[in-house]
Amino acid sequence: MTIASDAMPSSAAARARDATVRRFALTDAIFRGLTRASAILVLVILGGVAISLFAGSWQALSSFGFSFLTTESWNPVTEKFGALAPIYGTLVTAAIAILIAVPIGIGIAIFLTELCPRPLRRPIGIAVELLAGIPSIIYGIWGLFVFAPFLQTTIQPFIINIFHGVPGLSSLFAGPPYGIGLLTSALILAIMVLPFITSITKDVFDTVPAVLKESAYGIGCTTWEVTRRVVIPYTRIGIMGGVMLGLGRALGETMAVTFVIGNAHRISASLFAPGTTISATIANEFTEADGDLYTSSLVALGLILFVITFLILAAARYMLMRIDARTGA
Amino acid sequence: MMALCVVAAGIGLAWLALILGALVYKGTAGLSFAVFTEMTPPPGEAGGLLNAIAGSLLMTIIAVVVGTPIGVLAGTYMAEYGRFSRITTVVRFINDILLSAPSIIIGLFVYELMVRPMGHFSAIAGAVALAILVIPVVVRTTEDMLNLVPNALREAGAAIGAPRWVVIRSVAYRAALSGIVTGILLAIARISGETAPLLFTALNNQFWSSNINAPMASLPVTIFQFALSPYEEWQQLAWTGALIITLTVLGLSILARSLTGRREDR
Repeated sequence: MTIASDAMPSSAAARARDATVRRFALTDAIFRGLTRASAILVLVILGGVAISLFAGSWQALSSFGFSFLTTESWNPVTEKFGALAPIYGTLVTAAIAILIAVPIGIGIAIFLTELCPRPLRRPIGIAVELLAGIPSIIYGIWGLFVFAPFLQTTIQPFIINIFHGVPGLSSLFAGPPYGIGLLTSALILAIMVLPFITSITKDVFDTVPAVLKESAYGIGCTTWEVTRRVVIPYTRIGIMGGVMLGLGRALGETMAVTFVIGNAHRISASLFAPGTTISATIANEFTEADGDLYTSSLVALGLILFVITFLILAAARYMLMRIDARTGA
Repeated sequence: MMALCVVAAGIGLAWLALILGALVYKGTAGLSFAVFTEMTPPPGEAGGLLNAIAGSLLMTIIAVVVGTPIGVLAGTYMAEYGRFSRITTVVRFINDILLSAPSIIIGLFVYELMVRPMGHFSAIAGAVALAILVIPVVVRTTEDMLNLVPNALREAGAAIGAPRWVVIRSVAYRAALSGIVTGILLAIARISGETAPLLFTALNNQFWSSNINAPMASLPVTIFQFALSPYEEWQQLAWTGALIITLTVLGLSILARSLTGRREDR
């Protein structure tokens, strides 16, 4: 009898325990499913972006075909659209911006990791990172009201005079000085991606093991030799990744460029001439686009930008992942 | 060569200081009480930015309320349940690409997704576009911060019989809280200056509106419109608005930084 009375409550307890375990298993499965669904949603978003851009640009792509990529004319009246001028503007401004920002950015990173007095390192490093977060519209408004007039009245006439009559350069820097244009946009973009490239480069410089640098100093290398022969070779992939990330940002940047590019759908030899980029065209014309073909052509421009930046960003992430894997090991 | 690096640092920092200096100089000139209490004016008249500020706040709040739970849950899966699964690697890669994808592309996506089917621009479409920008930032920081939580804490929770989701909720989240909040603050900082995704989702509105199914003004789009206008009053308001946005973004970033800074000190 005593055995039975003992067994009764313990089997009830066991049942209660089973029920609790089952309940826990269920709630855990629900929570797990919820988190998993959210993670998959990230993939769905990117897939959705690709599909919707493709669907939206279908009309333009099917009516213009491959010539969409190679046509310069952009005429809403006759509904003849070609993406060549925006693609050209996007690539040229981003390329010039990167050419300017990379040496300066790497220079600042070297300054911050090797030369800067210790007490100043953290404040300057933090300042650079904070500047990387400033919205692009700020750079745009500064470019329009301060930088462009300055270029127009001083720098551009000066450069035009200097290179006047020099073959090649005279057409590259041909007047009149508008202030706004491809070069102005490129310079604004350079300032914008500068904090970005600097902070990534600084981060990858910090991954260099102190032992490597100390051994180089130990055999009598100067600071420059250590940087040139040890730090930069060790972090080459990471720097490349940072540069590509900056390039991706420069290619897709909208507001900083829209203010100062001039929005002219033509390809000029002169860097002082107004032009346009993919993102500036979309930002300027999308809400005013009447007619399905016009809208569809603008979405097609977006699709081109998406494909270009996707490839560049994927390459950048791949490179940065490789340097992460090395430091993690 | 090293002297060149110092010169580069000097040029770069001076250039950036120049921009901020001009912003403060031009922005404070128009800073007054009226900016926060009056509506955006018609051309050529004085006024404020109240409806634009309110619109930005409302859309930001909706975007954060929608985007944060999704981001935190996705980050939780990547750091907890699926830390070693293949799907996590793929999501991390795609998330990093979304993190730096051009925001105007997100604007086009939401246009195709919401504005075209609904037939009109709306604040809710703008908020969804911003939410899509919030998600990758929150995913990234949540995953990073949860990965920093020592496994011993999780094992201690499991040892007293807590199921996994209770361990995550009561142990891992609590340990990573300041980091996750930092991520949310950084996400707010990121979207508060975004213009491109709002241009053809929320559009703009000259007047006060609290209807999320109608076009709504936002600070960045108002700045864009006013700065490109020929009217001096509008241009001045654009500068002042730009100053407000910059101060907000810098304030949020510094707050976020001080949160994680304290955690590292401990």
